[in-house]
Amino acid sequence: MRTGLLAKKLGMTRIFKDDGTHVPVTVLHVDNVQVVAARTEEKDGYTAVQIGYGKAKVKNVSQPNKGHYAKAKVEPKAKLVEFRVDADAILEPGATLSAAHFVAGQIVDISGTTKGKGFAGAMKRWNFSGLEASHGVSISHRSHGSTGNRQDPGKTFKNKKMAGHLGQERITTQNLVVAAVDAAKGLLMIKGAVPGAKGGYVLVRDAVKRARPAEAPFPAGLVETAS
Amino acid sequence: MNIIQQYEAEEIARLTAIRAVPEFIPGDTLRVAVKVVEGERTRVQNFEGVCIARSNKGLSSNFTVRKISYGEGVERVFPLYAPTIAEIAVVRRGDVRRAKLYYLRGRSGKSARIAERARDVVVPTSGEPAAAE
Repeated sequence: MRTGLLAKKLGMTRIFKDDGTHVPVTVLHVDNVQVVAARTEEKDGYTAVQIGYGKAKVKNVSQPNKGHYAKAKVEPKAKLVEFRVDADAILEPGATLSAAHFVAGQIVDISGTTKGKGFAGAMKRWNFSGLEASHGVSISHRSHGSTGNRQDPGKTFKNKKMAGHLGQERITTQNLVVAAVDAAKGLLMIKGAVPGAKGGYVLVRDAVKRARPAEAPFPAGLVETAS
Repeated sequence: MNIIQQYEAEEIARLTAIRAVPEFIPGDTLRVAVKVVEGERTRVQNFEGVCIARSNKGLSSNFTVRKISYGEGVERVFPLYAPTIAEIAVVRRGDVRRAKLYYLRGRSGKSARIAERARDVVVPTSGEPAAAE
């Protein structure tokens, strides 16, 4: 298992193909994504890489975090995440990851934080059909209706689907297709929608339900640097 | 210009180099040559009618063409930059005072006519760059 990528969702557009079809795509930006730390079996008891996205203003970085970044000799990052990897896929801190980590046509899983919908009713939150428009229904056309039985069991069961907070939770959408990769600009074009709002961070990794394509670089697609 | 706008501008430049997009506005009569795939071979089919709406949104811009086919109104929405369109030709310039001519749907015959506009007098060319394309 190799590392994933941390990216920022920019928005959606489309790709016109030469055969006349067009593909709706979400554009993800892989900007200055670097390995900040590595977790090893001996030291931490598990293997993972910590990667960071973009850059943060130094004045907004706490003193302990400054030391953490200094150890890896990288600029402070706007966002840090950890990816569990196999022992042979651990990367050196300081390495810069490229959008070419993924190849066009590859199947990926993408995690993100969905847009918050606030306190939502049962119709929106659970696709309940609501009550009737007429036949004596008053005021409660969008209510959920009954929530249980009678004196036995005499309670509403736990986890009953009811109105409540919807959205702003971590969601993984599986088996999305990488439509195009622009490594020079650091862009990943993903067919279809990706969880979250524009400007939100998403985690892109190889699909768990599909084999990784042979042309995808292992252990990672790195940017060649002069240093 | 953000990254997506930049990508769209490049794509529009690439696609308009292959097939130019003429300047037209709602009310104009267009002849759209559409590439139709029939099994192995492709041929070009014309769709001629009045442009009743245009939606200018970068690469995803589209326009709606309405015609009367065998007494039945037919509308088709085309992506402006689609490679499936071989050519867009402006047959006639119409003089209208609306951006969306949906009122034509409720009309037929004489009342559905559009007066011809005196050629190239008040064409809004220098406005939105997306609209000018």
